[in-house]
Amino acid sequence: MENTKVRNLSHSPRRIIGSIFGTGFFAALCAIIVFPVLAGLLASFRPGTELIRRGLAIDFNPKTMTLANYAYLFGGNADSKKYFMWYRNSLVITIVSVVVTLLICYFVAYGLTMYDYKLKNFLFTLVLATMMVPFEILMLPMYKEIIKLGLIDTYTGVIITGVVNASTVFFFRQYLSGLPKELLSAARIDGANEYYISVKIILPLAKPAFASMGILSAMGTWNAILWPLLVLKGAEKFTLPIGLNTLLTPYGNNYDVLIAGSMFGILPIFIIFLLFQKYIIDGMTAGAVKG
Amino acid sequence: MKGKKFVYSQKVAPYVFVVPFILSFAIFWIYPLITAFTMSFQDIGAIDSEWIGFKNYTKLLKDKVFLIAVANSAKYMFFTLVLLIPFPMLFAVLMDSNVVKAKGVWKALLYMPALTSVVISGTLFRLMFTEYKTGQMNLITQALGLGTYKWLKNGWSGMLALLILACWRWTGVNMLYFLSGLKAIDTSLYEAADIDGATPVQKFFYVTLPLLKPTTIYVLTISVYAGLAMFLESYMLWAGNSSPNNIGLTIVGYLYKRGIEKNNMGYACAVGVVLLIVALIINFTQLILNGTFKKEED
Repeated sequence: MENTKVRNLSHSPRRIIGSIFGTGFFAALCAIIVFPVLAGLLASFRPGTELIRRGLAIDFNPKTMTLANYAYLFGGNADSKKYFMWYRNSLVITIVSVVVTLLICYFVAYGLTMYDYKLKNFLFTLVLATMMVPFEILMLPMYKEIIKLGLIDTYTGVIITGVVNASTVFFFRQYLSGLPKELLSAARIDGANEYYISVKIILPLAKPAFASMGILSAMGTWNAILWPLLVLKGAEKFTLPIGLNTLLTPYGNNYDVLIAGSMFGILPIFIIFLLFQKYIIDGMTAGAVKG
Repeated sequence: MKGKKFVYSQKVAPYVFVVPFILSFAIFWIYPLITAFTMSFQDIGAIDSEWIGFKNYTKLLKDKVFLIAVANSAKYMFFTLVLLIPFPMLFAVLMDSNVVKAKGVWKALLYMPALTSVVISGTLFRLMFTEYKTGQMNLITQALGLGTYKWLKNGWSGMLALLILACWRWTGVNMLYFLSGLKAIDTSLYEAADIDGATPVQKFFYVTLPLLKPTTIYVLTISVYAGLAMFLESYMLWAGNSSPNNIGLTIVGYLYKRGIEKNNMGYACAVGVVLLIVALIINFTQLILNGTFKKEED
């Protein structure tokens, strides 16, 4: 009984102390979490040589801070041109990959949800089976395959192996199975064919699912390293993470571009995250609740 | 005209929809999976390959570097499970309670590391774990009067760096998984527990924990895979695939080293097959222990 009483008194001292501890705990935890990125951001406003000499020192002293790294990064010199070529490559790969992946996964999920037929459950089991094998095991045979198909060092080679993504199909299937089947029968009575229904009637209703999966898939592709590292050979084709990786020489002569470029590379993802936070969490946690 | 009608029929349409999956499944899953197995029994040369039976596997069992890689991956997986399941779960319970203000801000900040590419976070962590005086870890030890330490040159501290990086990246993500699991729990159960006079600790162990089970199994499964298949974190922390005395070498790191760097695909595929078998054994054991397959009998 006492418990419920305390809960109702929102200004009781016990409650306030609890709030201070609870909120303080997360504030402290977040301070630790933010630290490396904040330190990196501050370091990007110091000359690259300082990064080697002083590491990621937290230093807000305006006298030692400079925009030189960013001026160099945007300066139109050879390094700057290279950096923005990688940036553009990453953007192109991300956009194409997300659009193609989402559309294909939507239609596959549609075929696995909206009809009753013999092979349906079998096919869905196969979708789930693909989740059971880590990509790293398939990586080498797939690499040889891509060479054989003549897709090495092409964006198609980077994108094509991931266009049917099991967890994206899974998410779309969950979403679509929540829609009333009467929509289909009503449209059929109106004389609409199966493909018209899937594109013009159901797809618009699945917009929130597209938003969730689109953002998650964009984040994954933007940050992907392993597969693009294998497929892309020429520096002019590199994506941003792989390009930045090549700047990591033991001599540290590229640290000006590296640190400023890294921070500017996080930017698009942060903006997307802040705008669409809700969709990200919905999409990410869909598999975790129903299990 | 007849052909068009056929394709448009309700019987055929579902198959048309799933065609991309069937193609991708055949070309980018079944085929490479089978190839991984067959290649593991071969000596893959530049021009032709030779069947050598189990030689890759027998060699692998005696390969000391491989055993180091397995031990590293196993240790890493074990500690990530210990660190990245209970703590995020407790954080989620705390976050879900009414004592925390400004929840949105904390959730967004805790998720931030997952948005950052491993190339960037690995670089930042390498700088923090550097052996020079400027690294944050050495600033801490120096403040404690312990002097500097070569964090990335010793086994235990190298593993510590990998684990701290893992905790930094995944604590927030796992917490969000558990939070969504908590949201799915019927609040009337807590009210009933209140009426029975349950303490918060009892409520956690008798209501929250059992009902979070699907989420816990999900997080456990993805963590087992992520732990066993870890590679890039190590690759970035040591700026390449070689670490002193292989302290950062993982199973996938060894697969990459043998297959890509040394172009010994057959041997590398044997490494991959061993990884697959280990991953499947762990997951099935874990699912059986959790009684996932019993569900239908109840």
